[in-house]
Amino acid sequence: MQSALSISFSQTSLPLANRPLCSSNAAPSTTPRNLRFCGLRREAFGFSPSKQLTSCRFQIQSRRIEVSAAASSSAGNGAPSKSFDYDLIIIGAGVGGHGAALHAVEKGLKTAIIEGDVVGGTCVNRGCVPSKALLAVSGRMRELQNEHHMKAFGLQVSAAGYDRQGVADHASNLATKIRNNLTNSMKALGVDILTGFGAVLGPQKVKYGDNIITGKDIIIATGSVPFVPKGIEVDGKTVITSDHALKLESVPDWIAIVGSGYIGLEFSDVYTALGSEVTFIEALDQLMPGFDPEISKLAQRVLINPRKIDYHTGVFASKITPAKDGKPVMIELIDAKTKEPKDTLEVDAALIATGRAPFTNGLGLENINVVTQRGFIPVDERMRVIDGNGKLVPHLYCIGDANGKMMLAHAASAQGISVVEQVTGRDHVLNHHSIPAACFTHPEISMVGLTEPQAKEKAEKEGFKVSIAKTSFKANTKALAENEGEGLAKMIYRPDNGEILGVHIFGLHAADLIHEASNAIALGTRIQDIKLAVHAHPTLSEVVDELFKAAKVDSPASVTAQSVKVAV
Amino acid sequence: MSRLLQTPFLPSVSLPTKTRSSVPGFRVKPRIIPIQAKIREIFMPALSSTMTEGKIVSWVKSEGDKLNKGESVVVVESDKADMDVETFYDGYLAAIMVEEGGVAPVGSAIALLAETEDEIADAKAKASGGGGVSQAPTSSPPTAAIEAPVAVEKKIAAAPVSVKAVAASAVHPASEGGKRIVASPYAKKLAKELKVELAGLVGSGPMGRIVAKDVEAVAAGGGVQAAVAVKEVVAAPGVELGSVVPFTTMQGAVSRNMVESLTVPTFRVGYTITTDALDALYKKIKSKGVTMTALLAKATALALAKHPVVNSSCRDGNSFVYNSSINVAVAVAIDGGLITPVLQNADKVDIYSLSRKWKELVDKARAKQLQPQEYNTGTFTLSNLGMFGVDRFDAILPPGTGAIMAVGASQPSVVATKDGRIGMKNQMQVNVTADHRVIYGSDLAQFLQTLASIIEDPKDLTF
Repeated sequence: MQSALSISFSQTSLPLANRPLCSSNAAPSTTPRNLRFCGLRREAFGFSPSKQLTSCRFQIQSRRIEVSAAASSSAGNGAPSKSFDYDLIIIGAGVGGHGAALHAVEKGLKTAIIEGDVVGGTCVNRGCVPSKALLAVSGRMRELQNEHHMKAFGLQVSAAGYDRQGVADHASNLATKIRNNLTNSMKALGVDILTGFGAVLGPQKVKYGDNIITGKDIIIATGSVPFVPKGIEVDGKTVITSDHALKLESVPDWIAIVGSGYIGLEFSDVYTALGSEVTFIEALDQLMPGFDPEISKLAQRVLINPRKIDYHTGVFASKITPAKDGKPVMIELIDAKTKEPKDTLEVDAALIATGRAPFTNGLGLENINVVTQRGFIPVDERMRVIDGNGKLVPHLYCIGDANGKMMLAHAASAQGISVVEQVTGRDHVLNHHSIPAACFTHPEISMVGLTEPQAKEKAEKEGFKVSIAKTSFKANTKALAENEGEGLAKMIYRPDNGEILGVHIFGLHAADLIHEASNAIALGTRIQDIKLAVHAHPTLSEVVDELFKAAKVDSPASVTAQSVKVAV
Repeated sequence: MSRLLQTPFLPSVSLPTKTRSSVPGFRVKPRIIPIQAKIREIFMPALSSTMTEGKIVSWVKSEGDKLNKGESVVVVESDKADMDVETFYDGYLAAIMVEEGGVAPVGSAIALLAETEDEIADAKAKASGGGGVSQAPTSSPPTAAIEAPVAVEKKIAAAPVSVKAVAASAVHPASEGGKRIVASPYAKKLAKELKVELAGLVGSGPMGRIVAKDVEAVAAGGGVQAAVAVKEVVAAPGVELGSVVPFTTMQGAVSRNMVESLTVPTFRVGYTITTDALDALYKKIKSKGVTMTALLAKATALALAKHPVVNSSCRDGNSFVYNSSINVAVAVAIDGGLITPVLQNADKVDIYSLSRKWKELVDKARAKQLQPQEYNTGTFTLSNLGMFGVDRFDAILPPGTGAIMAVGASQPSVVATKDGRIGMKNQMQVNVTADHRVIYGSDLAQFLQTLASIIEDPKDLTF
């Protein structure tokens, strides 16, 4: 449910700083080249002279396209290979495919992207993007409704209300805008957007609609759809998935949310802010099972207990029937372990947020002898597809939700970029531990790397020590100025060498704060080095700064960091 | 909770002397004496200024473990955080009195600490002997004396006519004839907070579901377990139609009082009060256990403070007394009659204490444990039938007091404002019956004007 897709850039206001030096004499291009989905992008721009050159050449080309025609000319999209229609064919124009396509063009590959539905995929149309619009509304509603909070600021606000259609329109408008931005960014670079359902016909051969094309390399990026367990009948009105919920066609008085992961939590935030009461149904014994236990405990105290939410844990919703003939939505609960019937709930609506299932049917995988595992396409650490015999399928990659490694929009994009790096001759393995995740409740939850139990398990196996550093938002000036002192940041690290194993933040703007930690993990920066970096005061980032400073590391700061310090 | 506090462990009287009394011979040995007093209690600590009870998250130590001073024994969850609780003494964790998941009020014993291993058994005996109440994890609110579903007898203030009604258990299809309670998440939460029993409550939500406002209505009505939506009125079980029934003691007393009231020349003055501000205030502080009854009593008391004559009483017809304290009696229907628990010094006691006091009085009233001074010292009486949807009524003046106020339901009304606009406001009608020997029309009028201004701008109620 989260992504780095918060890029509401305007096409005319490109910051000059983002442009390669050599193009500074050119008229401002309207090409939105500063679209970034992950930190790897920075590497792609490169610092070595040779890469700088590539970048320059490309920039000029792309400008020429702007002048000659708005849309797809092959000039900017690399030169076609001799024996293939394209260098790279991407099946699926979600965030993963989009990230890969942009990076491929930059690397000079002639690229096509096949989309059977709408550009943008789940994230833009039915996921992160519209949900952020709803959460922006819920955050404001919460603030306005919190008289105590307002009073503490000396503000007086009369009763806050909302117009459901207006809220729904905000979400759909945002999705449309981001979708257009995405489409335009690819068109402007000359990526061929081919419409139709893509399927693999054989090695390096893809079919879309009635057309067959060949590509040197193929990336499958078909994503996922909401997973609905059996026994649950989705009617789209009273029993819904996130696809329907994001349209906000109704705000029920009482909604049961099946699953208390990211999706469920975010929707509980939206619904309770808009006046619904929520009942969580969680199969595991604890709410928010995916989070670090300490964080989920605190989150429960802040996000669940004081709100109009109750919950049933350790139960499955074995049968859910939509409301009809004057009867409410019926939910039968069974014990998750014994399978014995436990309870029946009658509610106004049920949201199924039990996770997502890969969308890999009809991809023609049988043509290349690939057997999916619960629908997921098996891949190795380089996203190379593995066939039924355990062998790599040459020139075929799978990224994003369809491979199930890490079902996050920005992970898909990072995987796509990693694949492009490989096919253009630079070996690259993505470090999934450095990919942050966030849940946009109020306040937000974010994390990167291992949870405390995971780290301890790993430490035991590999024989190193683990330490924990914690800081509270209560001590942060900026958080207190906002009257939002509730929150915790926690870092799990190795005291012997200062390696960061995981960081978990719960508090105001946690999703924005995690990147300092995730970048440190991605770049291998050690605590003893990063703790010398300076943070502006007063900012929320000092919470993370405190975390680094609170850590007790045995090794001294490395020489490079000190020399950097001198240089600065 | 008040019952929990009555466990013998609260005042830390050490019991070992008693448990050992069966073997008196040992007690004379002087060496043992200092040890005897060393079964200590571990109390539920107050971890924050607002904490009233704490939940045991987990016991770090188990029974029989040796404890060193400063070691964590138990993790307690307060309203704010989980905290480790340390022991201040060395010893052995002899008996755990509140299990994991259990809730105990601040200050109550949650475990016993024995100084020596020998005393573990003694401590255990002590724990099981007296700790029966606090031992049970009180995750379900104590039912106290409230039995549900109860046949609720509605009484119209002082009028001795009673309407018997059985609160039909929720007509929700899934409730299986009242066996299951169908209540929304917030209603459940509120019920726990306000200590309202959901069983037997009639829901006004979709398909008879109990929603938050049903719980609030009950809490505001001092716990009368019936909602406006009583659809089925059935004769209470055990009523034999056509039979002659002698008065119970209470009915006899009511009857005598009612006749006596005829000797007092009374008159009535009514007033319409806008309650938007009061409703907003109530919504804001009800989570802290404040009830509408307490708010009304408080507002009335503040108004009475400015008009002492309305708080006076005339007994002999020759003189009258300006009562020194403002004691607001509030009529409550209980099984088998009517009683008026008194909120003493309602003008001086803060709203939160007043609400707690009210809760305590209602519980006592239901259990028929009110002491005389808790129901017959009223100087002014409030009777509220608003929770039944009654918009206005007339109360009979209880002898020995100067005035009684009948409070109707607060309802949205269309009102014209001075600038020629039409708006919607919540309004309630109040009607005061007073003894005209001492209280005159203008007195009541001014009193009501003051009361209206307090209710319409209720910031003083919480001071």
